Amino acid sequence: MRRMSFNNLFLTSMSVFLLITQPNIYAQVDTFEFDNDEQQGRFRQLSNELRCPMCQNTNLSGSTGGVAEDLRREIHRMILEGMSNEEIEQFMFERYGDFIFYRPRLRAETILLWFGPLLFLIIGGFIAYGIFRRANSVDRVTVDLDEEQEAKLNELVGK
Amino acid sequence: MPALFFIALGGLLWRGLYLDTRTLPSMLIDKQMPKFSLETIGGDIVTNEDLPEQIFLLNVWGSYCLPCLVEHPTFMRLSEEGEIPVVGINYKDRNDLAKGWLETNGNPFAYSIEDENGRFGIDLGVYGAPETYLVDSEGVIRYRHVSVLDETVWLEEFLPAIEELRLESN
Repeated sequence: MRRMSFNNLFLTSMSVFLLITQPNIYAQVDTFEFDNDEQQGRFRQLSNELRCPMCQNTNLSGSTGGVAEDLRREIHRMILEGMSNEEIEQFMFERYGDFIFYRPRLRAETILLWFGPLLFLIIGGFIAYGIFRRANSVDRVTVDLDEEQEAKLNELVGK
Repeated sequence: MPALFFIALGGLLWRGLYLDTRTLPSMLIDKQMPKFSLETIGGDIVTNEDLPEQIFLLNVWGSYCLPCLVEHPTFMRLSEEGEIPVVGINYKDRNDLAKGWLETNGNPFAYSIEDENGRFGIDLGVYGAPETYLVDSEGVIRYRHVSVLDETVWLEEFLPAIEELRLESN
């Protein structure tokens, strides 16, 4: 029983390791031809960094969706036509908006997305500061003891 | 104060759970329809010049698409009653299958633009059939609905949007 769970754990961690280190093992096999390795590298980079609009959380290279296939074909065409990565990203943005980027552009609409976490961190910082301050400023009360009480106290603390 | 903050944050996140993240906003709202010169599934060449010179619907469909069959009766009714012209885009389909589908189920479209490889769909920002665009008489896209357009969607989304367009142009 114990042995089995160890095996499961081992298999799971191996799979996770493979998933993390080999993001392209599930990439779709397209037979696009390029003039050189640089173009091919850019194709791989773009189709890894752009998100498939249909399938929520798969990049273009990993998606079997119809539209992802079409967009890969368009990227290939644009690379061969000599368009830069920026131009290709602009092409995608004009049609599919911020959603297409895993790393959205910094714009008025995306500013909360970029700096929201920082905002929450600052708010949390203020709250934590408030709590600690209140905890430290608990009123220290001084009480005068009469002789009898003083003797009792000394007895209690073993003086 | 912390309780208030908690409730506010909780409310925000609670709402987030029920937001629709599957429907992408169209980037083409208030933009001119992309230029095209394509064949219809009947083989005629159509361009932007051939679009209806009034408010019309542009419906992206395919014979493989089951939800298209669900919304089909609504488009049949709209076109039979002459409520609004409907132009089709036959998206990533095969010509013979598309024709067969229209024959079997009826043809509500003024014509269907053939977009076999999905290239025109990309210019429109289409990411899957069915999608329906509301286009005004100037050829400007004013609204997009992703997925099935049934009578409820027609009443609740399209009629008010059309009413607004009509008020605007008067």
